[in-house]
Amino acid sequence: MKISAVTENQLLKRLSGPGLILQAGPFITRLYSSIPGLAAGIHGLYSNYPLIDESPFVDFHVRVNPPKGIRRWIRPQARFRFDNFKPFTPLPIDQAVPIFEWGLNWCIANYAHQYLIVHSAVVERNGVSIIFPAPPGSGKSTLCAGLVSKGWRLLSDEMALLDRKTLQLVPVPRPVSLKNRSIDVIREYAPDMYVGSSTEGTTKGTIAHMAVPESSIERQNEAVNPRLVVFPKYTMDAAPELTLMPKPLAGIRLIENCFNYHVLGEQGFNMVTDLVSTCDSYEFSYSQLDDALQIFNQLSEELSS
Amino acid sequence: MGQPVKQRGSALLLEVLRDPKVAVTLDDVQWNDLVRLGRVSDLLANLHSRLDQLGLLSSIPEKPLIHMESAVTMTTKHEHTIDWELVQISDALSQLDCQIIVLKGAAYQLQQLNASKGRVFHDVDIMVPKSAISDAEAALKDSGWISAKQDAYDQRYYRDWMHELPPMNHFARRVTIDVHHTIIPPTVALKPDAAKLFDSAVPVVGHPRLFTLSPVDMVLHSATHLFYDDEIGRGMRDLVDLHHLLTEFSAEPGFWVELLDRSTEMDLDYPLACALKYSRLLLETDIPDGVYSRAQKQLRFPSWMMDKLFIQGLMPEHELCDTWRSGIARFVLYVRSHYLRMPMYLLIPHLIRKAFREDAVVEVENPKPLG
Repeated sequence: MKISAVTENQLLKRLSGPGLILQAGPFITRLYSSIPGLAAGIHGLYSNYPLIDESPFVDFHVRVNPPKGIRRWIRPQARFRFDNFKPFTPLPIDQAVPIFEWGLNWCIANYAHQYLIVHSAVVERNGVSIIFPAPPGSGKSTLCAGLVSKGWRLLSDEMALLDRKTLQLVPVPRPVSLKNRSIDVIREYAPDMYVGSSTEGTTKGTIAHMAVPESSIERQNEAVNPRLVVFPKYTMDAAPELTLMPKPLAGIRLIENCFNYHVLGEQGFNMVTDLVSTCDSYEFSYSQLDDALQIFNQLSEELSS
Repeated sequence: MGQPVKQRGSALLLEVLRDPKVAVTLDDVQWNDLVRLGRVSDLLANLHSRLDQLGLLSSIPEKPLIHMESAVTMTTKHEHTIDWELVQISDALSQLDCQIIVLKGAAYQLQQLNASKGRVFHDVDIMVPKSAISDAEAALKDSGWISAKQDAYDQRYYRDWMHELPPMNHFARRVTIDVHHTIIPPTVALKPDAAKLFDSAVPVVGHPRLFTLSPVDMVLHSATHLFYDDEIGRGMRDLVDLHHLLTEFSAEPGFWVELLDRSTEMDLDYPLACALKYSRLLLETDIPDGVYSRAQKQLRFPSWMMDKLFIQGLMPEHELCDTWRSGIARFVLYVRSHYLRMPMYLLIPHLIRKAFREDAVVEVENPKPLG
């Protein structure tokens, strides 16, 4: 059974009652919310995730609800809560879907130190994985959505989880967050992918999420060895260019993009050096998704043989 | 002893804190509750270290163990941060011709006490004699610590009425330091003599300029901090600190008598009575009956009333522990802590001022961890 088996109304009943259990990779989240807009958003974006009736252990109990007080009625807001932690200030209630996604990212980045967590998108094809570490604005999500819409498996759009024990990449597939112009770019490039409704006026501009393909969800418990580290840079009108990076430089740039490098101490350093020793690292500038697709498809074929 | 709490979460948390061996008998649902409560009360890593000492980690189910190990990763990082900060502080204050006493968690760590195992740090606390506090502040500023409270009212609140400078943050490392000159605000009716704390301070091996309080003073400070401060939101963690300190120090013969005598000498009988009472009631700390009853003579209010308040207020603020009274209890304790700290003619304007400020809070917001 998948979440698509229940109606939006039934979903809202779960959310406002016993909570909706969502599994993304190794994490089980129980989400409570009384906000119909969030139920609608989840219904669209998470329809292919398993419908779980009960889970004996839940990693994150989270709530997205209006805060107490007068703002419940006047220009209503929503706030993310993880148990009693309230990491963000309340935002307008129509931003409930991004609030949930950001909140869950915060939970993982702050409480899942069994992984080295790199701010990056992660995809895989033919057993060849690519980590795309990048600060916001580099086009990592657009590139990731483009590849995923053409058959690459999505491990994550937001964070690479490197298991501290196995050094493998653990998938945590969640909706791909598209911002501003990339929303239309992806709608046009991949018309068969489901992209949810746009939320305007967030701190990151307009946001819409692309749903994860069914096949990536089915394989969400399948870890993979890291193989390539590629730092993407969208450059208007540029011809595609893939440049091999010196390993020390790749290591430093990886560290800059880690969420919890400083928490892991010496092991964090060792994991980054292991990662750049075993992976080839590149800088990649591009302007056309088709160019990127062709280059990475070719690379994944060469490396898998 | 009867069960002092009825809520499912509170009962579970207390049961495991009293006797961590209980953990191996928990089912998945109880484990789930325990992980949530341990996390909100900063006690998850501490619990891990106690289970580790008992050799029980191999009997813990996989998922809760992962969460506990993640918490340990964080507290291990805190330990390293504190080690490094203490070196930095010691260097920054090297020109000061006085004792520098490290307080609370950082002191437990320096003396390698059980209370420091798996402890979450939110700041570093130190104490210097009042005559040296301006020099200490200037020296810290020279080394990159900046006052975190820029508001003129806050500055005055700390400087006129509190026992510490406004908190300072390091501009690059972002770690907060609180610089005290005694262990209790001067506006409080109790008047411990700070000079005596310096006289009995204990040197720290490997840190020539740093001292900690003596064991009995450490307990008295911990008690005073918990029962005279407004940070009741972290009450259970602080009570567990006290439990560890009492348990570890009482192995030394003569400790209890010394503690009672010192509390009288320092005018801190009342906070000590509260500490012994709730540590025994909630955590079943092993305290000799004679010591316990001698200390309890100090309690003034009808005990049922204070018990209700403190038990509610010391439990973590969480849906698994809250009752309809919890919010009221926390508010009353918040007002009480201020009432104890300030005379009415200072307190009422202060509370009115706080109530109308943007950041007026009684609820405890997410504490920012170090690092």
